[in-house]
Amino acid sequence: MAKDLVITLADLKEKEALGIAQDRLNKGDDPIKILDDARQAMEIVGKRFTSGDYFIPDLIYSGEILKEITDMVKPKIAKAGEVKRLGKVVFGTVAGDIHDIGKDIVIFMLDVNGFEVYDLGVDVPAQKFVEKIKETEAPIVGLSGFLSLAFDSMKQTIEAIKAAGMRDKVKVMIGGGQITEEIKKYTGADAYGKDAMAGVSLAKKWVGAG
Amino acid sequence: MEKKWEEMSSDEKQEVLFQSWVSPEGVEFASPETEKLYKERATRFKDALQLKKLPDRVPVFLIPSFAPAFYSGLTPREVMYDLDKIKPAWKKFYLDFQPDAHGGCAVPAPIKFLEILDFKLYKWPGNGVSPETTYQCIEGEYMKADEYDAFIHDPLYFFYYTWPSRVFGALEPLETLPPLAGLTEMYGVAGPFIPYGTPPVQAAYKAILEAGNEALKWAVVVGSFDKEMPALGFPAYQVGATKAPFDVIGDTLRGTKGIMLDMYRQPDKLIQAMEALTPIYIQLGVGAAKQAGCPLIFMPLHKGADGFLSDEQFKKFYWPTLRKVIMGLVDEGVVPFIWAEGGYNSRLEVIRDLPKGKTAWLFDLTDIVKAKKALSGIACVAGNMPMDLLTVGTPQDARNHAKKLIDTCGKGGGYILANGAFFDEVKWENLKAIVDFVKEYGIYK
Repeated sequence: MAKDLVITLADLKEKEALGIAQDRLNKGDDPIKILDDARQAMEIVGKRFTSGDYFIPDLIYSGEILKEITDMVKPKIAKAGEVKRLGKVVFGTVAGDIHDIGKDIVIFMLDVNGFEVYDLGVDVPAQKFVEKIKETEAPIVGLSGFLSLAFDSMKQTIEAIKAAGMRDKVKVMIGGGQITEEIKKYTGADAYGKDAMAGVSLAKKWVGAG
Repeated sequence: MEKKWEEMSSDEKQEVLFQSWVSPEGVEFASPETEKLYKERATRFKDALQLKKLPDRVPVFLIPSFAPAFYSGLTPREVMYDLDKIKPAWKKFYLDFQPDAHGGCAVPAPIKFLEILDFKLYKWPGNGVSPETTYQCIEGEYMKADEYDAFIHDPLYFFYYTWPSRVFGALEPLETLPPLAGLTEMYGVAGPFIPYGTPPVQAAYKAILEAGNEALKWAVVVGSFDKEMPALGFPAYQVGATKAPFDVIGDTLRGTKGIMLDMYRQPDKLIQAMEALTPIYIQLGVGAAKQAGCPLIFMPLHKGADGFLSDEQFKKFYWPTLRKVIMGLVDEGVVPFIWAEGGYNSRLEVIRDLPKGKTAWLFDLTDIVKAKKALSGIACVAGNMPMDLLTVGTPQDARNHAKKLIDTCGKGGGYILANGAFFDEVKWENLKAIVDFVKEYGIYK
């Protein structure tokens, strides 16, 4: 029975997956176990994306189905269980840029893969990144930007982190449509992710989990 | 006896539109030299596009976004608010860099127009983004998932009443207007007009009239620029634009997330909606081309890029109606200049299915050498200037890049050097280096 949810969600069979989740709840199955199976399915989705079998629409659809399952299950959770987290990540779209679709996909995949992500939203000034890093002591920072003006914003954000004396405490990844190795060098970032799963791999590597 | 338009083949129609562009009527050229320059440039493009013979050299053109504003020390806000600032800046840009063609000066819509109608689909300089930065799109579900039937039934009604009432704050009252089909005889004729007597609807129509005034002012600037540039020796590389039906729905009606979910949840309705849009978007391009007497119609493509759709999804949802629009344009002599934004590396095999010498493709992140190979003998290939090269590279890097492109893609003709993505602020010396280099090195011997 457990396998069915993992397979149907990984295969993006929305009606079946929701049906199975509902059945299990009605039978009194542990809601945390249901969420764990859903997360297992998302790992498969991530792997299929990396291997080129799944594409962005599949990530978005899987996210929708996961959200529906989570909405169904959460009210039944008696107490908030401590979910083991791999690490903290501060994430945002840099100042001057309001694109969020790519950012949201990466954050979603990081979250599903066990990271605790602080989403600062869009058009985030450099100082706001600095403050959140201080507050959360997150070891990883993600900067998203789609417009070419984002190159300078990313550079300035990293410089602000340096000026606050925190550059050696964090690893910075950048991403977005026009980001290349040259741009990574220009901004001073540690790495760039060319898609959501690359971002997840980087984060796992940096916390020693992958 | 001259053939009537309807009796001509698509080849003949294409030739008529090209001739009208190469030898335009009513242009008062600044001098015999600029007339010669204009004709040489237009002919160079024609030869590269039609794939019938080699042009004299590789054509080069630039597609800037707000770059001409920045080049003159102006901000995007200034040129969107004060329309008098547009022409001098855009003219200076083209006269200084001397590419082989101009792209008009239609900066995004004037701010006064956007403010009067309270446009919600975008943020613009000074409204949601800083005055020094470009406009940005706010996608949303302006058409709901359960509205496909209404849309398919009458897309024009949707565009006329429903959609504007959702994307223009000032036009909200339009959503409640009854169709005038309620008019019957003498007793019913006044009824449907009752809403037009109410203050909210009157305010909406007042906003439309005021917005119309601003649009007209903008049209005068854009139109006069388009008249003046040929006289200075610059043909236009596009006289209008149309879109892929998938993008019409994905960009402005359902949003990215919405249309992606629709592919899984209601694929048949999505396809029907795109079919309903197809004739509308053909007519958009054909009308603009005929009016301007030039075959070049731009088609920016968005959501079919590598990664955004699987191969199957591209073949099932994106390509069929895109191809129908392309062929509808081609049948009327139009040359669609198709701008494949993002990467199209995984799409090259599919897009080969087009008639020879009828389309041009501008590539952004695609491997341009692969693209030229794939489309050789089928379509003209244009591209590309990577963003990192323009912003952080050196002039020598830029020249090296142009040389590589000319050596690989220029062979055999059917190639145009251009940037593949809009640019705002770049290293100006890099742009100059590329344009100048193409002129000395790109000559076909």
